Amino acid sequence: MSNPLADMDKPDVIFCIGTNMTECHPVAATGIKRALANGAKLIVADPRHIVLADLADVYLPLRVGTDSALLLGMAHVIAREGLVDQAFMDARTTEGMAFLEHVERFPPEWAEEITGVPAADIEQAALWYGRAERGAIYYTLGVTEHICGVENVQGLCNLVLMTGNIGREGTGINPMRGQNNIQGAGDAGALPNNYPGFQPVTDPENQEKFEKLYGKKVDLENGITKVTALEMCGDQIRAMFIDGENTLVSDPDRAHCEKALRSLDFLVVADLFLTETAELADVVFPVAAWGEVDGTQTNTERRIQRLRAAVPSPGVARPDWWVISALAKRMGFQGFEYEGAEQVFNELCEVSPIYHGVDWDKVEEGAYQWPVPFDGHPGTPMLHSDEFVNGRGIFNLVEQRDPAETVDDDYPVWLTTGRRLASYHTRTQTGRSAGIDYLLSEESLEIHPDDVDEWGLADRSWAIMSSRRGSVRVRVKATKRSPRGTVFTTFSFADVPVNALTGGGYDPITQTAELKVCPVSVVPE
Amino acid sequence: MSDNIDGGGNGALSTMTLDGEDVGFTPGETVYEVSERYRREIPTLCYDERLEPFGGCRLCIVEVEGSHNPVASCTTKAAPGMKVTTKSGRLDMHRRVLLELVASENRDLDVDPMSGYASGEMATLLDRYDARTGRFLGMQSGTSHPDDPNPFILRDYENCISCFRCVRVCAEQEGDYAISVMNRGFGTQITTEFDGILKDSACTFCGQCIQTCPTGALADLKALASKDVPGETKLTRTICPYCGVGCSVDLMTRGDQVVGVLPAMDGPANHGALCVKGQFAFDFIGHKDRLDTPLVRGDDGQLHPATWDDALDKAAAGLLAAVDNHGRHSLYVVASGRAPTEAAYMMQKFVRAGLGTSYIDNCSRA
Ligand code: SF4
Ligand code: SF4
Ligand code: FES
Repeated sequence: MSNPLADMDKPDVIFCIGTNMTECHPVAATGIKRALANGAKLIVADPRHIVLADLADVYLPLRVGTDSALLLGMAHVIAREGLVDQAFMDARTTEGMAFLEHVERFPPEWAEEITGVPAADIEQAALWYGRAERGAIYYTLGVTEHICGVENVQGLCNLVLMTGNIGREGTGINPMRGQNNIQGAGDAGALPNNYPGFQPVTDPENQEKFEKLYGKKVDLENGITKVTALEMCGDQIRAMFIDGENTLVSDPDRAHCEKALRSLDFLVVADLFLTETAELADVVFPVAAWGEVDGTQTNTERRIQRLRAAVPSPGVARPDWWVISALAKRMGFQGFEYEGAEQVFNELCEVSPIYHGVDWDKVEEGAYQWPVPFDGHPGTPMLHSDEFVNGRGIFNLVEQRDPAETVDDDYPVWLTTGRRLASYHTRTQTGRSAGIDYLLSEESLEIHPDDVDEWGLADRSWAIMSSRRGSVRVRVKATKRSPRGTVFTTFSFADVPVNALTGGGYDPITQTAELKVCPVSVVPE
Repeated sequence: MSDNIDGGGNGALSTMTLDGEDVGFTPGETVYEVSERYRREIPTLCYDERLEPFGGCRLCIVEVEGSHNPVASCTTKAAPGMKVTTKSGRLDMHRRVLLELVASENRDLDVDPMSGYASGEMATLLDRYDARTGRFLGMQSGTSHPDDPNPFILRDYENCISCFRCVRVCAEQEGDYAISVMNRGFGTQITTEFDGILKDSACTFCGQCIQTCPTGALADLKALASKDVPGETKLTRTICPYCGVGCSVDLMTRGDQVVGVLPAMDGPANHGALCVKGQFAFDFIGHKDRLDTPLVRGDDGQLHPATWDDALDKAAAGLLAAVDNHGRHSLYVVASGRAPTEAAYMMQKFVRAGLGTSYIDNCSRA
């Protein structure tokens, strides 16, 4: 997030796109509700009539996968109505002229054809955001889990750059991270293209720096993403070591994923439970859980926070860092002698410019939001207040692109996936916590009541849902939260492995899976 | 940001008198807030610093020179030159009677501390003001809801004192408006929209009403289920393991068992707020399915328990065989987005310092 969570009750116009915040980030959503109580306007764009849509001043029910068209239509209105912040564009951005010309081609009427959202509503949303004193954008995987995820984010950046809604309290462009420490994992360099602190692998200076630190020459080329690695399993990739991920259930195209993991010569998995993925492993390591380990995690507003052990682990389970370093030592790798989490964290701070000034003893105050470039630096709650990391903000001339697969006669329905309040991911944790079953005991497929009738189904009857890759049996839930022609479910329950169906495509740049769109057929059992 | 003059308490612009002492305050502050800052101990029951002051219980009364009756300090704004007395025999007497009245309505005065964060507030004040007299016995609070089958929230309105903190936290802090106040006076009752069970209301089971209730009328059923686990309750500050908001919590433990979660009122990302997952989905860590030993696949094709030594040897040999036969670009690692940052750092060092590759990813792409 460019801005802190504490800012969420401060905007006068809020634009939420592709984020089911009341269910996925409930406590953050309370900030938005407070902003509304203070009189802020709320724009919500989502294919489903989520709870946020109930609260919206204008709700934009766009067809799945048409985010770019919507954003172009909005940019067109902002440009046409002269709502651009020219001073900001002159001082802080480049390619602005080209962009303003580019969007002339995309009036809201054009966007209506593609998104299905009435042009007048697109117009209204654009006017509010364009005139906002403090306009803030919040988004989640609904924007990024598409083959055009990068373009969607660039489309949002364009809106920010043309209106100058950044670098001030209550503004900004704010992705909400889904998992507790997905931010920290990236910060620490668990990425194929970055060393710790997002230092590019392809920069020879970084290569030299880490060669000195680690005593090993590291490739100057980027590694490969997990998506590519899974595709190369059995071929170039012969062995894997997976820490704490139920790849088989959480990743798209389960059949492909299972075949990939099975084709490995050797698989090592470290986890809390014997997950579906761990069951395929040659060696499984038991790791310590939350509540049993010391360490840190970094939240969606870049706040580094302290985790503490309160109880011992069962049996001989050990912290992840211990397991990984023990295996490294066993393999003869150098530099893996550590006493505890603090020492590991301090080494990370040493090698990462954005963590450089972080003091372990002060992490517990929770006051550090990175970058913390030097000792004594207080942290940076707000990014981009004076300048962008790479100098000027660059406009991108994005266009609308169709999803990898579109509906046809065989697969006439759009499936989109997500999460629900009371379950989390593959339910290895919420599913094992007492009482959660009372709120959510089984998976269901949310279908508009009229579609339920038309497709010969009934509320709570069983349906077979199929895509080009597979089928699942799932219980029907009639609800107006789903629009006509689009159905929704989650991948939380093992007995409804929805990711057997998904996986039609990937964003060519980030290789993020298109989990948000998949054409399916839905028929009575 | 430096031209922001209304922030903090450091821009004191005016003065008033508190128990004879001249004190500064910022316009907009209430008498209660000023008194808090100057460490006066004014009792409260309907007050939660995260919520709009309500002025219902009148326990926070103070004397203000020039006004005949004591005023509620939580709803009275400080004014320049105001002369306030926070402690006097008359105030103590008033407070004692108010507490006796409040207590008279309740079936239980003392509840298990596991009931919730603020559950001991009323009992503590009863002791402080020596108000356990039973003078006004016979009045009654609301009707309990023992029929609500939800596994999280006890709804024992016979211990309700109508401070409405639950209704207000639900509306103001959560924005859920799941519960409301029905009737007045002795008939006052907290209910859901159709006077039914919580699951059929807008309730999200965030547990905030439990944690603000000062009597334990609303209580944490999951924590109470462990009230007979032997040992002292210990609190450990940590962060919720679910979404990217990163709410601070205090884990409640007894011995080696996690028995509950309290929201951390000073948590920088949540200021005491939590959702159903952070509040209630903690006990997976003690689940019987937890792996407690390494497993190694045997010649029979099955996974068998093994020692760390054997498992590490087996894993190292397996991974090294791939590297030896197919090169260092044949080994790939995946770091966790759920584990601590130290795990991710170690994983990237594993491939970079060990193999000289960047053959690593985390689970952010799916
Ligand atoms: S649990 Fe949360 S949503 Fe439910 S009544 Fe209590 S405060 Fe309201
Ligand atoms: S309590 Fe809820 S909102 Fe807070 S971090 Fe946990 S899952 Fe996220
Ligand atoms: S605390 Fe002031 S009236 Fe209740």
